[in-house]
Amino acid sequence: MRSDLLLFATTFLASAVEAVEALTIVLAVGVVRGWRSTLVGVGAATLVLAGIVAVLGPALRLIPIGTLRFVVGALLLAFGLQWLRKAILRSSGYKPLHDEASAFQREREQAGAAARGSARMDWYSFTVAFKGVLLEGLEVVFIVVTCGATQGRIGLAAAAAAAAVVVVAVGVFVRGPLERVPENTIKYAVGLLLTSFGIFWSGEGAGVVWPGSDLAILGIVAFLGLVSFVLTRRLRRQRLAVRPLGAEA
Amino acid sequence: MRYLRSFLAFWWNFIVGDDWRVAVGLAVALGLTALLAHHGVNAWWLLPAAVAVLLWDAIRREARSVD
Repeated sequence: MRSDLLLFATTFLASAVEAVEALTIVLAVGVVRGWRSTLVGVGAATLVLAGIVAVLGPALRLIPIGTLRFVVGALLLAFGLQWLRKAILRSSGYKPLHDEASAFQREREQAGAAARGSARMDWYSFTVAFKGVLLEGLEVVFIVVTCGATQGRIGLAAAAAAAAVVVVAVGVFVRGPLERVPENTIKYAVGLLLTSFGIFWSGEGAGVVWPGSDLAILGIVAFLGLVSFVLTRRLRRQRLAVRPLGAEA
Repeated sequence: MRYLRSFLAFWWNFIVGDDWRVAVGLAVALGLTALLAHHGVNAWWLLPAAVAVLLWDAIRREARSVD
């Protein structure tokens, strides 16, 4: 039950982050060039992503669970650690925060500058929306398929991803701009959860018997949370010592 | 050929990212854990410890390059 909750939270948060990034692209293209072709692109990419989940999900069930946990855990570990590392660097001021407003502006300018054909279908809008949703969605598919297959809960993971996409989309249309989403905080949490699941599953696949069984995941999350908190604080202090506030101005 | 290259680049970026040392460190830690387990040693502490060290080292290197 606890690991189901963690699985749901991980997939939901990771999907929310990717949904924000995909929505930035879709909104920029849709607002400037019109919605018809943009939405067809979104729909086509969603169908491709659903197809990948439908094919890969059952295929992964054919792999022995030990091997699957080792491989998937190792992949999640490598992937999650990248998110966590970047989130720590952003939180401590060593990397700029992802600026959704400037990304939106950039996409708008590019969409406005691109040539318009006379055909009913605007292929520029279609292609940009399709590529944006497909590329951001592939990361979500990876997390849904791997986390879901490893715990035998692909349906739960897919539901969490779908819920996140709906929540982000409704949130944007109802409440306002994307830059209000605390993207770095969510990425921090996702990095922490993915890395913890990665450690747990790859360890189990390698033959480790975790003390406390499934409860060990909570211990790993707590340990990594503490390590990353200490690292962030140390780095922040170091950053301020090297470049005091206002020194850049 | 172009599609194969972008496909491989996507996966490289996805798994290894911009710091290959972390990926190599993880591979070594996983290999060592499996080896110890094979010899009857339940080294459950090794992976979390290795991840903490790799994270600290990667961040220290990146911070130093920025400062």
